[in-house]
Amino acid sequence: MIFPKAVDGAFRRFKWVVMIVTLAIYYITPWLRWDRGPYAPDQAVLIDLANRRFYMFAIEIWPHEFYYVAGLLVMAAIGLFFVTSAVGRAWCGYACPQTVWTDLFQHVERWIDGDRNAQIRLQRAPWSLGKIARRVAKHSVWIAIGVLTGGAWIFYFADAPTLAPALFSGEAPMVAYSTVALLTATTYVLGGLMREQVCQFMCPWPRIQAAMMDEQSLTVTYKEWRGEPRSHGLKRAQADAADGPDPLRIGDCIDCNACVAVCPTGIDIRGGPQIGCITCGLCIDACDDAMLRVGREPKLIGYSTQADDDAARAGKPSVAPLRRMLRPRTLIYLGSWSAIGAVMLFALETRSHLDISVTQTRNPQWVQLSDGSIRNTYTVKIRNMETRPRRVEIAIDGEPALLWDERGSRETAGRAVQLAIDPDQVTKTQLFVAAPGDGPQHSDLRFTVRALDGDHASASDDSRFERPEETQ
Amino acid sequence: MAERSRIDDKTGTPTVGHEWDGIEELDTPMPRWWLWTLYASIVFAIGYVIAYPAIPMLNSATKGVLGWSSQGELDRDIAGEQKRRAPIMTALAATPLDQLAANPKLLAAAEEGGRSVFKVHCAACHGAGAAGSKGYPNLNDDDWLWGGDMAAIEQTLIHGIRHPGDVQTRISQMPAFGRDGILQPAEIDDLVSFVRVRSGQDQPSAAAARGGALYTNNCAACHGEEGRGNRTLGAPNLTDSIWLFGGDRGSLTTTLINGRGGIMPAWEKQLDPVTIKMLAAYVHSLGGGEASPAPTRVAAAPQRVAAKQ
Repeated sequence: MIFPKAVDGAFRRFKWVVMIVTLAIYYITPWLRWDRGPYAPDQAVLIDLANRRFYMFAIEIWPHEFYYVAGLLVMAAIGLFFVTSAVGRAWCGYACPQTVWTDLFQHVERWIDGDRNAQIRLQRAPWSLGKIARRVAKHSVWIAIGVLTGGAWIFYFADAPTLAPALFSGEAPMVAYSTVALLTATTYVLGGLMREQVCQFMCPWPRIQAAMMDEQSLTVTYKEWRGEPRSHGLKRAQADAADGPDPLRIGDCIDCNACVAVCPTGIDIRGGPQIGCITCGLCIDACDDAMLRVGREPKLIGYSTQADDDAARAGKPSVAPLRRMLRPRTLIYLGSWSAIGAVMLFALETRSHLDISVTQTRNPQWVQLSDGSIRNTYTVKIRNMETRPRRVEIAIDGEPALLWDERGSRETAGRAVQLAIDPDQVTKTQLFVAAPGDGPQHSDLRFTVRALDGDHASASDDSRFERPEETQ
Repeated sequence: MAERSRIDDKTGTPTVGHEWDGIEELDTPMPRWWLWTLYASIVFAIGYVIAYPAIPMLNSATKGVLGWSSQGELDRDIAGEQKRRAPIMTALAATPLDQLAANPKLLAAAEEGGRSVFKVHCAACHGAGAAGSKGYPNLNDDDWLWGGDMAAIEQTLIHGIRHPGDVQTRISQMPAFGRDGILQPAEIDDLVSFVRVRSGQDQPSAAAARGGALYTNNCAACHGEEGRGNRTLGAPNLTDSIWLFGGDRGSLTTTLINGRGGIMPAWEKQLDPVTIKMLAAYVHSLGGGEASPAPTRVAAAPQRVAAKQ
């Protein structure tokens, strides 16, 4: 059990900002509106599983375009590589949900149980009414946070202003309640009960990060050459130094253990770089505070790179921060990240908003009509990816044939048919193609759909025209 | 072989008393959890036999006090499904056939319902894709013996064709001109020639010319002067390319000698009116369906307009 001590300082204040910003994004995003017209939802970010659409502001992703989501995930991974190689484990220390929620849970703990020492005392104390009351209060607030976390999550999957009242009146679908329950449980267990164990034992990212980092990556570093040997209390150290014939060199570390007490993962940074360190910088705040009080130079613990630390030990100047960040490793990550982003943007901008897919009816393959001509039947699906109804024309080429509309009425036969298609939907229709009975057994046929209003989008799909093996 | 049980020194467990070449077997008791699982299973089995059908008797198994049966389960499932489909079935029952096209959603539901009914009741003769075969009409084409609008299709479905026992069934009889001695074999041969010319399969010939006179006297009454058939009598059009029983010389000769007349059952007693309505809509949708005389056809699909070429 770890009882981190409260601390104040630059990094603590930065963590507050990051926490407020990330939680605000998480809770507010589903309530943002984005006008897409009458035929599409007006929620800015919506994962519409029922209709298989993914809305993100101006972007709408259809299920067949899921590679955009895959691309986004690849970009997220490379982006994380880039950040890690440039500024170390900034993700772990500040932005990771596990870190943000653990931080939140620890604040609740301090608010109810008091700071580190009070928490330890309470932990060791026998069960009393007061302890029970505090424990009940703490776990209740934790579970409440869990409910709010799970509750906010489901708003990403349905219209938030509709779902919110339904959730309270018991009219929301079962899956909404079970999702809230599941996320409440995971938030409570991971953020409240397991905390640093998630970072230390469950999360694979610290292991992978080791490969992203080199001697130029920022990490939280204890300047061992400056701090060691540690003095146990400033006064005793000074006395020892004054008395002795050969005064010992005393390091700056006063061994106050403040860096250990504040660490949310319970490590001792003075042991060197280690997997448990999430580089949150709270030990820097604690150490700077101690150094200030004993009148020594701050940054005994600080953000530094392996190379800078070596340079400082040898009394050499450190590398300029910008030069340090722009090195082949980071440039390759940044380059591939930008390349994937540019390709995705280009594809997104130039993607077709109209698509056609033709399936030939196989039973029967062909039908002989009374005038001796042969007719084939096709199921045509037209995908209108715009949030407005459109009029399109479907035409055929390749065979001297006539195209009939859904009902197959002879009066409307022509080389093309027009139809109105639903907004933001796949419209399915049945088309017939008839051609003279004498001709090759198989011939190629191309269906082309063209938008008649607005843009001149078009798309086509190939199929075949089949005739009987031998005509009479 | 010693048959005496003793306590094993090392484990303190009794042996079963057998010994083979110095090898003995310990009489280790069953694990407690295993025994309890067994006892619990026995209790469960007794309860199960009482509660559910279990013991086979002469005609059926014991009933069980809960009264559960797989048939009852099925009935419940079917009732649930019928309840789910009730709104659309009610709407279908309330909508006259000629109004169906005006409601695209209802029409689509009817066609899908008809598709599955067709596979059960109709596919045996007409084929899974409704393409038919010799003697069984192809329902995809545009040739209809008795009419191809929805009302005509429904009428055929309800009363069948030449269905014995249904007074309203569609009836017509092609005479057996050869078998009954109405025409001589040579005359039949001439008539076949004439029909082949009329349907555009052969070039005009002297035999066909002789057959023309025979046609006017014997066939025109039903098939019409021009040979275009007569739907009131179910007389096929002889001038088109579609031949229910074959348009080659051999098939035509057989037709003239013996006459033809397939039978389609009347479905009135087997299928309810809504199911028949759905079947009519499905068959009509296959591509050969004809417009009803009623003006509702125009309003059927207002969105779809033919392109001008």
